[in-house]
Amino acid sequence: MSTVEEPPLLRVEDLRVEFPTEDGVVKAVDGITYEVGRGRTLGIVGESGSGKTVAAMTVLGLTRVQGARISGRVVFEGVDLLGLDEGALQRIRGNEIAMIFQDPSTALHPLYKVGAQIVEAVRAHQDVTKAAARKRTIELLGLVGIPDPGTRVDDYPHEFSGGMRQRAMIAMALANEPRLLIADEPTTALDVTVQAQILALLERLRAELGMAIVIVTHDIGVVAEMADEIAVMYAGRIVEMAATETLLNRPEHPYTWGLLRSIPKLDGPRLERLEPIKGSPPSLIDPPSGCHFHPRCEYAQPDHARIDPELLPLPDDPSHSVACLLEPQMRRKLWEESV
Amino acid sequence: MTRYIIRRVLWGILLLILVTALMFVLFRILPTGDPARLRAGRNASPKVIAAIRHDLGLDKSLPAQFWIYMKDVFLHFNLGYSYYSNAPVRGLIAERLGATLSLMLGGAVIWLAVGLPVGIVSALRRGSRLDRVSMGTALVFVSAPEYWLGLIALYLFAADIGQVKIFPGAGSYVGLTSDPWKWFTSLLLPWLVLAAGSAAVYARLMRGSLTETMGEDYIRTARAKGLSERRVVLRHGVRSAINPILTILALDIATLLGGAILVEVVFDIHGIGLLAYTAIRHSDLLVVQGTVLLGALFIVVANIVVDIAYAYLDPRVRYS
Amino acid sequence: MSATEPLMEVRDIEKHFPLTRGIVLARRAGAVKAVDGVSFDVLRGETLGIVGETGCGKSTTARLMVRLLEPTAGTVRFEGEDITRLRGGRLKAVRRELQMVFQDPYSSLNPRKTVGSIVAEPFAIHGLHTERAERREQVKGLMDRVGLNPEHYNRYPHEFSGGQRQRIGVARALALGPKLLIADEPVSALDVSIQAQVLNLLRELQRDMGLTLVLISHDLSVVRHMCDRVAVMYAGKIVELAENEALYSEPSHPYTRELLAAVPGARSDRRTITG
Repeated sequence: MSTVEEPPLLRVEDLRVEFPTEDGVVKAVDGITYEVGRGRTLGIVGESGSGKTVAAMTVLGLTRVQGARISGRVVFEGVDLLGLDEGALQRIRGNEIAMIFQDPSTALHPLYKVGAQIVEAVRAHQDVTKAAARKRTIELLGLVGIPDPGTRVDDYPHEFSGGMRQRAMIAMALANEPRLLIADEPTTALDVTVQAQILALLERLRAELGMAIVIVTHDIGVVAEMADEIAVMYAGRIVEMAATETLLNRPEHPYTWGLLRSIPKLDGPRLERLEPIKGSPPSLIDPPSGCHFHPRCEYAQPDHARIDPELLPLPDDPSHSVACLLEPQMRRKLWEESV
Repeated sequence: MTRYIIRRVLWGILLLILVTALMFVLFRILPTGDPARLRAGRNASPKVIAAIRHDLGLDKSLPAQFWIYMKDVFLHFNLGYSYYSNAPVRGLIAERLGATLSLMLGGAVIWLAVGLPVGIVSALRRGSRLDRVSMGTALVFVSAPEYWLGLIALYLFAADIGQVKIFPGAGSYVGLTSDPWKWFTSLLLPWLVLAAGSAAVYARLMRGSLTETMGEDYIRTARAKGLSERRVVLRHGVRSAINPILTILALDIATLLGGAILVEVVFDIHGIGLLAYTAIRHSDLLVVQGTVLLGALFIVVANIVVDIAYAYLDPRVRYS
Repeated sequence: MSATEPLMEVRDIEKHFPLTRGIVLARRAGAVKAVDGVSFDVLRGETLGIVGETGCGKSTTARLMVRLLEPTAGTVRFEGEDITRLRGGRLKAVRRELQMVFQDPYSSLNPRKTVGSIVAEPFAIHGLHTERAERREQVKGLMDRVGLNPEHYNRYPHEFSGGQRQRIGVARALALGPKLLIADEPVSALDVSIQAQVLNLLRELQRDMGLTLVLISHDLSVVRHMCDRVAVMYAGKIVELAENEALYSEPSHPYTRELLAAVPGARSDRRTITG
């Protein structure tokens, strides 16, 4: 969406991630392509089994240890991360690219003080003394809004509330001023009022540090608020990607329609019935052939079971891409009719 | 925190009192023979036996005996007199403690030094050939009875009767102070035998504990911070995995301090275990009682130590 | 027993969980006041929502209503009868009318029992439908009612998805034909597209069976969609109780306003999801 042609900070190309298991090969990520611009926020939305978390973790190479088979490219600042060895990746993790996870109560080590864990993050990438790292840690805790950071730095994770723990995790992720932050369900385990605070914090930090963020979540409300662009994932593939406003108002993929229609709204009139998507998310070991969504799609045609849809930009809006086999004119009509 | 410790200590003392009382009851019930008669020796006249019985206070009422007994143990630390060795029980135990301590400490060092790393590597390489071989070997050593291992070891390696004469044989133990080198060499084989089974146990324990720990979310966070895998495994993984193992270690040590009976018997090491064994065979009740009490004491103390240590090892425990 | 009388009346209920101190003997040093003086009515046929964040006491309140817990103080009346301190046979009889569906479909079903026996268990407990064939028919009927394939009654919970497991929980709750159904976070553990299915099911069943439904949730949008009246809880107390429209368009208590403002996407002017 920028007017100047800048190379993107991160470009993921045809990423595929498979896990061999006893029951078969799980195709967690089945060929996804997306870009994140400098200082921009991308939201990746999907339900369980969509592959969104595996995709996020693979960017940092964190799925290698689980025996994943990975192909494709993950280009960060011009370097393909998938081609790097473990040592090189370790230099990038927590440094230029940082990641925060879902449940702050289990994501911090219970037996070490919070301050010590952040100091460790600092000293892993910066050649500073313990005292300097501690000073930086206290600064960071203050930056993320933890009151009385000079004392709290010596507390253990269980002495923090849920919201504070997530703030501490964010502080730890920002320790080395990363250019990209990947947040995997950062607010799912938190209460609504705390969620709002954490999202506001992330937004503020992004603006102050010029950081790009990738938010992975199942909650459309979260990406609606935070993201510049949204990618919708289903069964390991991206089915639609567009600027936030466009996706929410003029979605083009039947799964996106289904998602938007099945969520109860806070504003607007109270509906008689929600419109669920029939059926359940597919198994990733044996996903449906052709378009993965066709068994649950109201508008599926027989040959949708044979052909794999490609994620293609719309002719009149190149920033809006859809992977659907339906004819574009017909899609527009269907959406307009249902609204 | 101090309240926690005080509470633990008080319960510990209560437990010891209960154990002592229980033993008093047990030994009165067991059909092991009249202590006075045993003490008097063969062919003693009834008058002598009666005199001894009076000496031992066995002609008093049971509650009176119980009261004297408890007072003796807890206020005077008087554990009675061994009829077989003709010496105070307390003295016998004090003499033998050194040997048991030497045996146990050396054994523990070896089994930890071998078992823990094997367990760690097995956990990290689960399913690999290395893992399967080491766990298989561990299974063999866990299953093998100590006395069998001891006898095999002597048969193979003892200087006097062995095939390959490397180590000193049974009965060669001397105290540390009298001859350090002989002390050390005489303990090598017993240490290895004692450690074999335990190393196997600890390897399996560590493997299980670390495997579980490495699946935790905070390990993922540690990797995401860009830490080296070595640091992730040792400072984040093993640090958590070792807690339950330390609990077990404390209890193992306490149990062994009460006498590693089988190893001491096979190698003829004059420790608490051998003392207890001999006393049982000769119905030397008071000695048996003494060793049981000692064992109970060690276990109670170990439990308290573990409970307190856990509060340092796991900060979450401090507030419950 | 007039038709305008509330189905359930909750008056000033409290639930305190004691904290103990002391070295040898545990002395009571204080208490956690999970529910600290809550009063409300449940009207026949309505859907009442109880919303709040973690620790506000909504789940404890639900358990007090079905007498899974006994209140430390206060009264609960069901159809005019005081059930607060009921015991034994009378409590068991009342239990047929008050049922609960729980949050976690993955842990609230006994994994070692078949679905059929889970749904049939209420019959066994209350001595109903003792004939094997008749019981099976009843179970199949219930499974069909909640949208499950009746032929699957011999399967085990792990063979079903989360949404289906939740349906099993609903079927079990409905087995005795209760008048009041309390659903404690029934859809929180489910995917969004499945949530809609289960919520629609609850709505349908309520209409078909004349149920009164109390929905406990932290999700304001879900409650907005499902409930006629909404109670907002904070720190063991109800801070606001109002009709759906009134609460969501003109909340009077500052905490309610804070809650509504905090819902992601609620404030953003980018969010104009049509519907």
